[in-house]
Amino acid sequence: MGIFLSDIQPPEKVTVINIHGTDTTRLLEMGITPGLEIEIIRKAPLGFPMEIKVRGYLLSLRESEAKCIEVAS
Amino acid sequence: MSSEPLTIALVGNPNTGKSTIFNALTGLRQKIANYPGITVERKAGTTIIGGVLHKIIDLPGAYSLNYKKLDERIAYETLIGSYEHEEVPDLVLVIADASNLDRNLYLATQVMDLNMPVVLVLNMMDIAEQNGITINAEKISKALGIPVVPISAKNKEGIETLKKAIQDLDLTKPDPLKWVPSKALNKAIETVLDEWIEPYTQVPERARYIEALRLISEGEFNDPFYKFEQPGVGKKAIAKARKNIEDEGANPVALEVLQRYNFISDCTSGASSQNGQQKRTLTDKIDAVVTHKVAGPAIFALILLFMFQAIFSWATPFMDMIDLFFVEGGNWIANTLPPGMLNDLLVEGVIAGLGGVVIFIPQILFLFFFIYILEGTGYMARAAFVMDGFMTKVGLHGRSVVPLMSGFACAIPGIMAARTIENWRDRIITIMVLPFMACSARLPVYALLIAAFIPATTVLGVFTLQGITFFGLYIFGIVMAVAAAAVMKKIFPTGQQTPFIMELPSYKIPTWAVVFQNTAERGKVFVTEAGKIIVAISIVLWFLASFPKAGTEQYEAEASSTETIESFQLRHSFAGKFGKLIEPAIEPIGFDWKIGISLLTSFAAREVMVGTLNTIYSIGEEDGDHVTLKEKLINDINPETGKPVYSIATAISLMIFFALAMQCMSTIAIVKRETNSWKWPVAMFSYMTALAYICSFIAFQLISSW
Ligand SMILES: Nc1nc2c(ncn2[C@@H]2O[C@H](COP(=O)(O)OP(=O)(O)OP(=O)(O)O)[C@@H](O)[C@H]2O)c(=O)[nH]1
Repeated sequence: MGIFLSDIQPPEKVTVINIHGTDTTRLLEMGITPGLEIEIIRKAPLGFPMEIKVRGYLLSLRESEAKCIEVAS
Repeated sequence: MSSEPLTIALVGNPNTGKSTIFNALTGLRQKIANYPGITVERKAGTTIIGGVLHKIIDLPGAYSLNYKKLDERIAYETLIGSYEHEEVPDLVLVIADASNLDRNLYLATQVMDLNMPVVLVLNMMDIAEQNGITINAEKISKALGIPVVPISAKNKEGIETLKKAIQDLDLTKPDPLKWVPSKALNKAIETVLDEWIEPYTQVPERARYIEALRLISEGEFNDPFYKFEQPGVGKKAIAKARKNIEDEGANPVALEVLQRYNFISDCTSGASSQNGQQKRTLTDKIDAVVTHKVAGPAIFALILLFMFQAIFSWATPFMDMIDLFFVEGGNWIANTLPPGMLNDLLVEGVIAGLGGVVIFIPQILFLFFFIYILEGTGYMARAAFVMDGFMTKVGLHGRSVVPLMSGFACAIPGIMAARTIENWRDRIITIMVLPFMACSARLPVYALLIAAFIPATTVLGVFTLQGITFFGLYIFGIVMAVAAAAVMKKIFPTGQQTPFIMELPSYKIPTWAVVFQNTAERGKVFVTEAGKIIVAISIVLWFLASFPKAGTEQYEAEASSTETIESFQLRHSFAGKFGKLIEPAIEPIGFDWKIGISLLTSFAAREVMVGTLNTIYSIGEEDGDHVTLKEKLINDINPETGKPVYSIATAISLMIFFALAMQCMSTIAIVKRETNSWKWPVAMFSYMTALAYICSFIAFQLISSW
C-alpha cells in the first residue's frame, strides 16, 4: 500500500497516483485525476478536514475522502 | 434569429454567479418556490431580448450531470426534458467561473453531449484578470464549437453581449465539437447503447450517450429513474463494456473523466494563460488567517457574536413596534366593530395570528442578511471548514453551527438557515434537533418559574441558585440537541450520501442587489408559506379557548367571587375541558389542569403560557404583572389535598417540559415549509413531546420522593 493524502502534513505538494474506494467518481469529477499535482495547504483545527488546491481552486476534504486518494510526494 | 419565445436554462457549478446573472437578466421579474414534493427551490423569471419575452430558469448548482445529489438530479432531468415539474429548455446557458476554468468546463462538456443549443458564459472575468489569467474567448469558442461570452455579471459587464448572443443563436443546428472518446471507450459506449439502452430502455434520445457513459463508469444501476424491464440484459451489457476497457489496461471508472479533462486541457491550453508564476492570491492570504488553527475559530466566534447581537438586540425594537401595531390595531378593531363573535374572531384569532407571523420577520431578515453576506463573500465555507472537525464529533456538519446558534434567538430563522447545509441528511438532523436550543420565547416562562420557585440563595459567593438554574436550562437544551443528533445519525440511513467535498470559493465582494433580494425573498417565503399555517392554527386555538361560550348568567351563578369572567370562560371552553381531560395524563409529571390548558394555548407561542396563567388566575389587566402571578402560583392550594399545587418538583418538571417539548406552532409550520412534507414536523412534534414527558416524569418523581 502506498501513502495516502490523509497521511500528508501540510504544506506539501504531491502527485495523485490513484483513487480508491467505493465512491470515487465525485473526487475524479472534481478534477482530482491520476497524474495531477495537488497542493496540501492546511488542516482544520482538529486535524480534519484538510484544505487542498487542485487545478487552481480550493477544496476541503474530510479524512474519509483523503484516505481514498493515493499519492506520491 | 430567435424571434420565438424560448425557455432558457442556466446551469453551472455552485458559486459561479448564476444568481447574479439570473438577476441581471430578469430584474425583478422572478418567482421562487419549491419544486413539488422536494426541498429544492425553483427559480424562474422572464427576460426581454430584442422585443421577445423569454423564460429563464435558474437550475440548481451542479458539479456534474452524473448526479450525486437531488439538486444535481433536478438540473440533469430538466436538461434532458424528463422532469415533469419543469419546462423543457430550448437553450442552455452554461455558466462557468473564468478564474477556475478547467473544473467548470467539465460540466460544460457534459451539457454539450446532450445535443442541445448551448452558450458558454465565462463569468467572473474580472477575478480571472486579477489573478493574472488571460482568456481568449474566441479560441475557446473555436475549440468547443459553441458561442462563448465573457462577462462580469457583478459589474453588469457583458450582459448585453450575452443577450445579443442569445438573439443571434442558430437554434436549429447545435453542433459542438465534442470530446472524442478513445477507441476502447467508444467501443464500450456502443456496446451499452446497442445492447441495452436503445432496445430496452426509455431513456430520452438526447440523454442516451451520457447515460451510457454513466453506466460504464458506475458499473451498476445506481438509483435508476428509468423503468428498466430487463435489468439482467443491462447488467450483462455493462459488464461486457467494462471488460473491454479493462482488457485495454484502463480503469472504467476513471476513463471518461480523464478523457474529458484531457480534452479540456487541449481546449484551454492555447486559450487561457497564467502570466508568470502563480502568485499568492488575496484568497490565499485571507485564508491563512481565517482558517488558522487558533485564529480561525476565534474569528468565527466573533462573527457569530456580532450576528446574534444583531438578531437579539437590533431586531427587538422592530419586534416591539410590530407587537404594538398589532395590539393597538386589535384594540381599535375590537372597539370599533360591534362586539360579538366576528369581532372576537378577527381580533383574537386572525389579527393575533397575523401578528404572530409578522413578529418573526425582523429576526429572519437580520439573520439572512448576514448569512447571504457570509455566503456571498465565500466566508461561510471557511466557517464550515473550521467547525467541521468539532461538529462531526457530535454527528453534525460544519455548516450546522450558524443555524443551531440562531436557534438561541428563535428556531424559525434557525431552521430556515439550515438550507445552507447542502447534505440532506445533515440538514434534516440539524432541523430536527434545533428546537432544543433555548429560544427567547422560553425566557418569560423560565423567568416566571425561576422567580417563583427557585430560591435566590447565593452559591460559591457570586452565583445565585436562580442564575445557575437559568444557565443549566440552556446547557440542558444543548446537551439534548447533541444527544438527539447522535441518535439520529445512527437511525437515519446514509442513503445517497455524497462525500463531504466542499469547495472553498475565492473571496468576493457580494452583489448587494442579490443579498437584499434574497433576504427579502426569505421573509416573503416565510409569510406566504409558513404564515398560512400559523394563522390557521391560531384561529383553531382561539376557537378552542372561546367556545362553548359560558353565558354571563352562568358566570354570576357559578363563579366564585374572585374569579374574573375571562377565567371562568376559559375554564368552560374546549381548552378548559382539554386541560381537565388530560389532567390524569399529566399528573404523573406534576401538572394540574391549569397547566394543561396552558400547554394547549402556549402552542401558539411559548410565552403565551404566562398570559394564559394570568387569565386563569384571574389577574386583571391592571395588576397583571409577574409579581402577582408569581404570588398566586406560590399560594395556589389544591382543594383536595390541601397542599400547594406548585411544588419545586412541579416547577422543575415544567421547566424541563418547556425545554424539550415542541410547544410552538410556528416551528411546525416552518419545518413543513423547509422539508416540504408533513412527515418531519409530525415526527418532530412526537419525539420531542415524548422526550419532554419522559424527562419531566423522571425529574418530578425523583424530586417529589426525595
Ligand atoms: N468579482 C465578481 N464577483 C462576482 C461575479 N459574479 C458573481 N460574483 C460574486 O460571486 C458570488 C456568488 O455569486 P452568486 O450569484 O450567488 O452565485 P451562484 O452561482 O448563484 O451561487 P449558488 O447559489 O451558491 O449556486 C457573489 O458574492 C457574487 O457577488 C463577477 O462577475 N465578478
